[in-house]
This record gives sequence, C-alpha cells and structure tokens, in this order.
Amino acid sequence: MAKSPTLLTLGRAALLIAIALTFPILLASPAQAETPTKLYGVISGSAGEALSDIGISILGPGGFSAQTSTNEQGAWEVPILTKGTFSITINEDDLPEGQALTDPEKGTVKANVFMLGVDLRILFPIGPGVVQSSLLERSAQLTLDGILLGLVIALAALGLSLIFGTTGLTNFAHGEILTLAGLLTYYFSAIVGLPVLVAAPLAVLIGAVISGFLQDKYLWKPLRRRGTGLIAMLVVSIGFAIFLRYFFLFIFGGDTRQLPQYAGQAGLELGWVNITPKSILTSTVGIIFIIGATLWLLRTRMGKASRAVADNPALASASGIDVQKVIRAVWILGAALASFAGVIITVNQGVSFLMGQDMLLLIFAAVTLGGLGTANGALVGSLIIGLFVQLSTLFIPTELKYVGALIVLILILVIRPQGILGKQERIG
Amino acid sequence: MDFLFITQQTLSATIGVNTIIFALAAIGLNMHFGYTGLLNFGQAGFLAIGAYSVAVPVISFGLPLWVAFLIGIFNSIIFALILGIPTLRLRADYLAIVTIAAAEIVRQIARSATFNSTLGGSDGITGKFGADFFALNPFKSGLNTPILRFNANDLWVIITGWLLVALIVFIMWVMVNSPWGRLMRAIREDEDAVRSLGKNVYLYKMQSLIIGGVIGACGGFVYALSRQSVQPDNYGTALTFFAYTVLILGGAARVFSPVVGAMIFWFLIVFIEQVLRQAVANDLIPDWLIGANQVSQIRFMLMGIGLMLLMIFRPQGIFGDKKELALDAKA
Repeated sequence: MAKSPTLLTLGRAALLIAIALTFPILLASPAQAETPTKLYGVISGSAGEALSDIGISILGPGGFSAQTSTNEQGAWEVPILTKGTFSITINEDDLPEGQALTDPEKGTVKANVFMLGVDLRILFPIGPGVVQSSLLERSAQLTLDGILLGLVIALAALGLSLIFGTTGLTNFAHGEILTLAGLLTYYFSAIVGLPVLVAAPLAVLIGAVISGFLQDKYLWKPLRRRGTGLIAMLVVSIGFAIFLRYFFLFIFGGDTRQLPQYAGQAGLELGWVNITPKSILTSTVGIIFIIGATLWLLRTRMGKASRAVADNPALASASGIDVQKVIRAVWILGAALASFAGVIITVNQGVSFLMGQDMLLLIFAAVTLGGLGTANGALVGSLIIGLFVQLSTLFIPTELKYVGALIVLILILVIRPQGILGKQERIG
Repeated sequence: MDFLFITQQTLSATIGVNTIIFALAAIGLNMHFGYTGLLNFGQAGFLAIGAYSVAVPVISFGLPLWVAFLIGIFNSIIFALILGIPTLRLRADYLAIVTIAAAEIVRQIARSATFNSTLGGSDGITGKFGADFFALNPFKSGLNTPILRFNANDLWVIITGWLLVALIVFIMWVMVNSPWGRLMRAIREDEDAVRSLGKNVYLYKMQSLIIGGVIGACGGFVYALSRQSVQPDNYGTALTFFAYTVLILGGAARVFSPVVGAMIFWFLIVFIEQVLRQAVANDLIPDWLIGANQVSQIRFMLMGIGLMLLMIFRPQGIFGDKKELALDAKA
C-alpha cells in the first residue's frame, strides 16, 4: 500500500516537534546568577536561509509582554528578568510565501524559566508548508489506495469465506495466517538474505502448508470428527489466535520491521496518483491470484465440488464427493491467498506481530458486508470496505477511518441483514 | 524461589481487584451468552463505557461521582440499545462479528486525538476522579499478612467490590429463577418455539443485552476506580476474550460460575507468572529460552491454549451442565 503523503509529513513534523521540545533543555547554558535570562532563537527557512523581519511576541507572568522581530541573520532575543512560564508566539503572517510552520499548532511555544541566567533557545521549525493538493487529486489517490487495500482484504476474505462456506467455521485465527506469512517473508529476506522475489513465494508456499494443510489436518479435522459444535470451534479459534499472536510476539518482539530490500522505494507519479513499483507488482500478482481462485471455483471439478459442499454437505457426500478432501483443498487455497495478503502488507508497510489482528476486523467486515460464505460477496465487500476506509479520510480524521468502515458495516446490517449478496438464511 | 511471596501474590490476586472486574464482566456475559444464547463479543465496549463514564464527568465536567455512576448506567443502556437494534436479529456468528466491531469502535473513538480534550486520547485519563469514593475509606492502613497483601485503597475497593458482586449475583439468582429467566433459557434453546407462544423474542433479547451490559459497565466502574485512571487500550478485544475464558472456565448458565471462574483464572495466571518470574530470576530457566520480560507473553500463550483445550474437552466448564448448555443451539 502506498503511504499517503500526509502521513509522511505528519511523521516528519512529529520528529521536529520532538527536537524542538528537547532543545531548550539541551542548549540551556548555565551563566552567572542575577544576570537576566535570554530567550533567543534563529528563524530559518526550509532551505536553511535566514528569515528577517519575522515578528515574535512574548507573554509572561505579571503581565509581562514584549515584541521583537528577527534581524538580517534571522536571529532574535529578549531578556527576561523574572522566573515563570513564558509563551512565545511567532507571527505566521510574516513568513514569506511558501514557508510555514511544519506543525501549524506549534505557532506558540511555552518556555519555563526556572533559573535566571540560564538562556533558553526557542525553536520554530519552518518547512515548505503543506502543499494543498486539489480535492480531485486527493480523491484519485485515495481511490487508488482504497482499491489496493480492498485487494489485500479480498485475498484474506476469500479464504475466510470459503472456509466458512464449506465447514461453517468462523475463524478468528485467520489474521494470524497473514502474520505468519509476513514473518516468514521477513525471515527469508532479512535474516537468511534471500531476495524478496524468492522470499515471498517461499513464504506463501510454507504458509499454505503450515496454515492450510497442517492446521486443518491436526486441529480442525479432528475437531470436526469429534463433532465439536460451530460456536465451540469459534471459541477454539479465538484461543488459537491468542496463542499464535503471543507466540509471534515471543519470537519476533513487538516492533514493526521493514524488509531491507526496496525499503525506501520512491513512488512513481502517474497522472494524479503516486504508486511505488513494488506496490504495482504485488497488487498485480494479487489480482492474478484472485482471478485464479475464481476460475478454480467456477471451472475445476474440485472448485465445483467445494461449492456443492458449501451448499449441502450431506448431499455432496452422498453424490460421491470426498467432503474432507474438498475441505482440505479449500483450507490450502484459503491459506495461500491469505499468506499472499500478508506478503503484500509486509513488502509495502513492514511486518509486526499485530498485523493479522489489525486486518481481521476489516476482513470480517468485508465478508459480512458481502454475505458470509459467498466468494463473489467477499470480493465486493472487500472492495467496498477498502474504498470506504480510504475515501472516508476526505471527511473524517485519518485515525478514525476504520471506525467509519465498521459503522457502515453496522448500518448495512440494519437495512439488509443478509449482506449485499447473501442469502436470507443467516437471519436468526 | 520465594514460595511465600508467590503464595501471597497468588492468593491476593485470587480475591483481588482484577478478579472482581472479570467476575462482573463474565456475569454480564453469562446473562447474554449463558442464559439467552447471545454471542456478545463486545463486552469490552460495555466496560469501556462504564470506565469512561466514571472518569469523564468528574474530570472534565466537575460532576460528583454518584452522578457519574448514574451516567455510566444510562450510557451502557444506550449502548445496548444501539448495539441491539441492528444485531439481535442476526444469527449467532454474525452477532459475534458485529458486536466485536462495535466494541472496537468505542475503543478507537476513545483513543483518537479528535476527542483528546475530553477523552484523553491514547493516554487515557488519569486523575483523582475517585476522590469522593476513597474519602469514605474507613481503612487507614493496608493489610500485610504472610498470605494476603493489599494497600488501604485496594482494600476498600475489594470490600465494596465484593459486596457489589454479591448483590449482583443475588439479583441474577432471583431473575434467572423467575418465569422471566425460564423464558430467557427457552429463547436460548428454541427461539421459534417461544415465538409460537406469542412472546416478543426481540424484546426479551434486548432486555438481556441491557442487563448484561449494565453489569459489564459496573465492571468498568471498578476497573476505573481501582486504578484511578482509564487507558483505552485496556478495553480491547482481548478483555472480552478473557471474560469468555472466565465464563467458560466456571461453566456458563450457572449463577456462581463466573465468580468462581474469575477466581480460578486469576489464581492460575498470577501463580504461573510468579513461578516463571522467580524461575527466570533464579536462572532455573536459561535466559536464551525465556527472557525476564517475556514471561507475560508465555502467560498469554498458555491462556490461549487453555481456552482451546477447555472448549474442546470440557465446554461446560467446571460447574456447568452439558445438557443445559447445548452450545450449538444457535449455530
């Protein structure tokens, strides 16, 4: 997924604020007592050039008030004779065209004069300002981001939906399939040192074997044989997810790590949108995966059998279909698809042990929206959720974008409880 | 290994604040899941609403604490209505997905910077919002015996908390043994049969959701008061899952089982954690295998496995009756 430019700017601004907050402490130089404290600073533009005639106003305890402006070298200073907290404000209107505070909310800085004679340097980080892209451009970029996110969700949701369709299992441990594949990609790429182009297919392959074949063989098949109920299996999957999540944390640690290869790949400007080559490649492969899976479902014997099992397991079994074999095939396919979703996230955004859990609710939302158990429903639902999550940031704060998607999920369930393409039977 | 310390920590936790919080959360879930068959995975949302409702009115609006409790109960009823109207017509597994989403909405809104000024963002709220409550504390000093150890404030929270639990358990016992309670169990077993008797199933499910939610919000009150702070990330999906573990451990559809389940749950967790910590600290477990800060991860892994094994081999829990709780009546 291409990181949106606003996020990058925010990150940079946060860094500068952190520096700005530490500097007054670092640069405080002890001087003799009884001498006045000097509040001072140098205002320089984004290219490091000095900015002159920038107004600075200071308010302090006891009605203290002072005005000054920067000289040719961009420097200013104000002597202070009393202890206390002073607030220093920069006059943003004085800044030349194209220059602005990197964080618009830091136009006023507080300085605590705790000891006279200790000079305090005040920083106002100035950058090129936020370039306001037009609504159309932002919409285009967000639409692309939304489609890419929808693709990742769709890869994961297809597997979840197929497994639900054939076995009735609501698998809360599905997100951990993504995490496992991401961790494997990281292991092969960053630790073993294989190129990503080798590590990624290897991760999908091992993911399909471990998360698909082995998981079904040693966990879910024995449970089906025992006749464990569906709700009980749902709770088992929750326990399994908790176990896996903390197991991943145990071996991998809690941080998000980037693959060393292609880490800082520059984006390509294509008309209104910006996309990295690695994102183009992974998404294209993802689309091929989805088309392949759809063709498998529609054209092959096994695919048709899986739809028959989803429809009526007893009847399918009676007409000679090996139900357990079909379920095994669906598990392997679903795990491979979800593993690739994990690879896409890892290559583009890095991997953390919480990656799968973070995606799980979006996957559930997509599947529920489209109609659980229907493959095309999962695809439609994923696209809607992906687009909605990204496009909603035009109107609501970015940090609340998942909330918007979840609210839409609930609203659609009020109007159409069976989902967009679902059948009536799910209403209790 | 300091076995005396392990014993003291473990026994204190068994009747401690966390046990009270999880007992209340699980009693609420018992109403939803055990008696009515509603697979509510949004219980953490009810606790979050309870906790924030105690902290926000006192800190941000300067209201007295008892008003905050009333606001908390009111808010949890509203949340139950909002949650119930779209979801109670859904089948159990869909209900699970939607309720988990709703709880996550509550948490994400609470931790967002947009509402930073009232809800405190991702740092939550820390402050003396429980001052009115602790002013009533008759204990001047804490308890420090070889087997139990609490400070004065915890002692007050524990005594009032257990009184609250006892009161709620008594109310639950009266309710589930009334005709109303039998109707709830009938809904759990066969909704259509209840409908055929002319009962409005939807309405009864809503009553169950509200009652269980308010009990969950009481757990949130205790959570917030005991720590004098509210952290949004404490109210994630894990809280709901562990409340389910507590419920299933004790055995669903039994009035006392959430309480016993919570005690056993925290006994096991703290015991395992303390033993592991001591073992790591005394080099009984090599450092390359488990580091000092990895103990809590092992603890969670064991909880996950425990939940799986419990559900596979003894879904009725310790006290539950397998006949009473056909977990699949709704699937």
